[in-house]
Amino acid sequence: MSKFQFPQSIKSRPVYGTLAPQPGKAHLMIADAEGAEALLDLAEQDSTIMAQAHIIFIPKGTDFSDKLRALSPAQFYEGPTYEASIQRIRHVLEHAHQGLQVYLAGTEGLMGQAQNEAMQAGIPHTSIQTEHRGSVARRMQCVHCKGITEDVLFDPFVCSHCGLNLFVRDHYSRRLAAYQGVCIDAEDPGNIPDPVELYS
Amino acid sequence: MSAAPQKTKSGAEQIEVTVSAVVPVNDLVTRFEFSRVDGQPFPTFSGGAHTVVIMNDDGRRRMNPYSLMSDPADTSTYAISVRRDDAGRGGSLFMHTQVKVGDVMTLSYPVNLFSLDLRARKNLFFAGGIGITPFLSMIAQLERMNGNWELHYSVRSADLGTYADDLKTKYPNNVHVYYDDQSQSIPLTDLLDGQPLGTNAYVCGPKGMIAWVHASAKEAGWPDAQVHSEEFTAPQPGKPFEVRLCKSDMTIKVGENESLLEALEREGVDAPFLCRGGACGQCETTVVSHDGEFIHRDHWLDDDQHASGTKIMPCVSRFVGASLLLDR
Repeated sequence: MSKFQFPQSIKSRPVYGTLAPQPGKAHLMIADAEGAEALLDLAEQDSTIMAQAHIIFIPKGTDFSDKLRALSPAQFYEGPTYEASIQRIRHVLEHAHQGLQVYLAGTEGLMGQAQNEAMQAGIPHTSIQTEHRGSVARRMQCVHCKGITEDVLFDPFVCSHCGLNLFVRDHYSRRLAAYQGVCIDAEDPGNIPDPVELYS
Repeated sequence: MSAAPQKTKSGAEQIEVTVSAVVPVNDLVTRFEFSRVDGQPFPTFSGGAHTVVIMNDDGRRRMNPYSLMSDPADTSTYAISVRRDDAGRGGSLFMHTQVKVGDVMTLSYPVNLFSLDLRARKNLFFAGGIGITPFLSMIAQLERMNGNWELHYSVRSADLGTYADDLKTKYPNNVHVYYDDQSQSIPLTDLLDGQPLGTNAYVCGPKGMIAWVHASAKEAGWPDAQVHSEEFTAPQPGKPFEVRLCKSDMTIKVGENESLLEALEREGVDAPFLCRGGACGQCETTVVSHDGEFIHRDHWLDDDQHASGTKIMPCVSRFVGASLLLDR
């Protein structure tokens, strides 16, 4: 089951919905891994939008690509990583017009970063649809060295840049598309709780 | 205590002004220009702002909101353009028939409920008739910033095309005027198609035009947050009714030709307000109990709130029934 209901948290924490077809001139769909299932559900609600759809998919080891191709989107791109897909996402947004609908699905890291690109292209974040599927791993920023650690699944974790032990907070930055990680043993160096898997 | 000055009275701060010019623009519209009595510069404002003009009509106090149409950066003068409404409550008629150069009047500080979204990549303006006024100050502001804008302006005829010729002469590449009497209309569907991502649309005009732009933009997939509109509703006359005020501990009568807000003010109750046109939300008042029907006319409360019978906007809305108890 790729759906996970996040518990209620602080206001800063993003809330994700369920993708629904919206009237529009073009439909940009960006997903990673199990996010593909949300796109399949979306196509089931209204298959006609696929004629104007551009799907950008990062499989992350899953095998959804053929199923997505079978939806016959106007354009389909499979990228090895999100980083490798950014050029294409920016190109699409740069040449897009008002009326473009953006659908994001999959991990929080992917949705946050793609939302950021869409916002910078001029789409209000309130008009960008998101649906969380798959891993609950987070993209974390170390508030001390500012380095980003991707796919963090345990709390606390070690910053991949400066090596501090970081506490995983729900405090989120839309600009950075990352949660904030704060040193957990600053007062008492070495006193580090055992890492616990997020939402386990 | 906050360091900000504490306001003692409801509404925006006020400025005493002298009418410096009265300029008929066409058969229906007259421009009024003001200078400050104290000789100080006017506050700057942002394009789309309005002022509430306080009129002393033979002892009766009228307060009407009008969009400021002068250049927001020009602190020497404020200007408004008033369309004469012969069937209205009399505010515009008072301006047209009674106000002369040299008269002293009172204006409120500018309040903006229709401001530019400065993040917009492009600004697409739709004006109908006298709805042109807020766009005049927006255009002045954007011209200073080298902003990207275009105006689509629908008028009844060349004679009644308020400022249409001025605008076309000054900005021939940005301004498009459509004349009703030549069966021209704004090609809205085409205009909403193919605009760059991040374009914001603004509409000011008759109710039907505002609804048309909102619905068409939604259909074309535009984000709600990028379609802006402004419509001031004038309070409509209605059957007199009685209101019981809890906090003030008094019962007041609202006359046929006055709004509930005006009745509160007449009785000396300090009720909050800003726009007096059902748009800003400042005068929102809690209904304690009621036995009867509300006539909601505002654009502030949503349909559910209107149906709930727990809130009323006294500036434009009325009540018909046996009893109304307000938390004021």
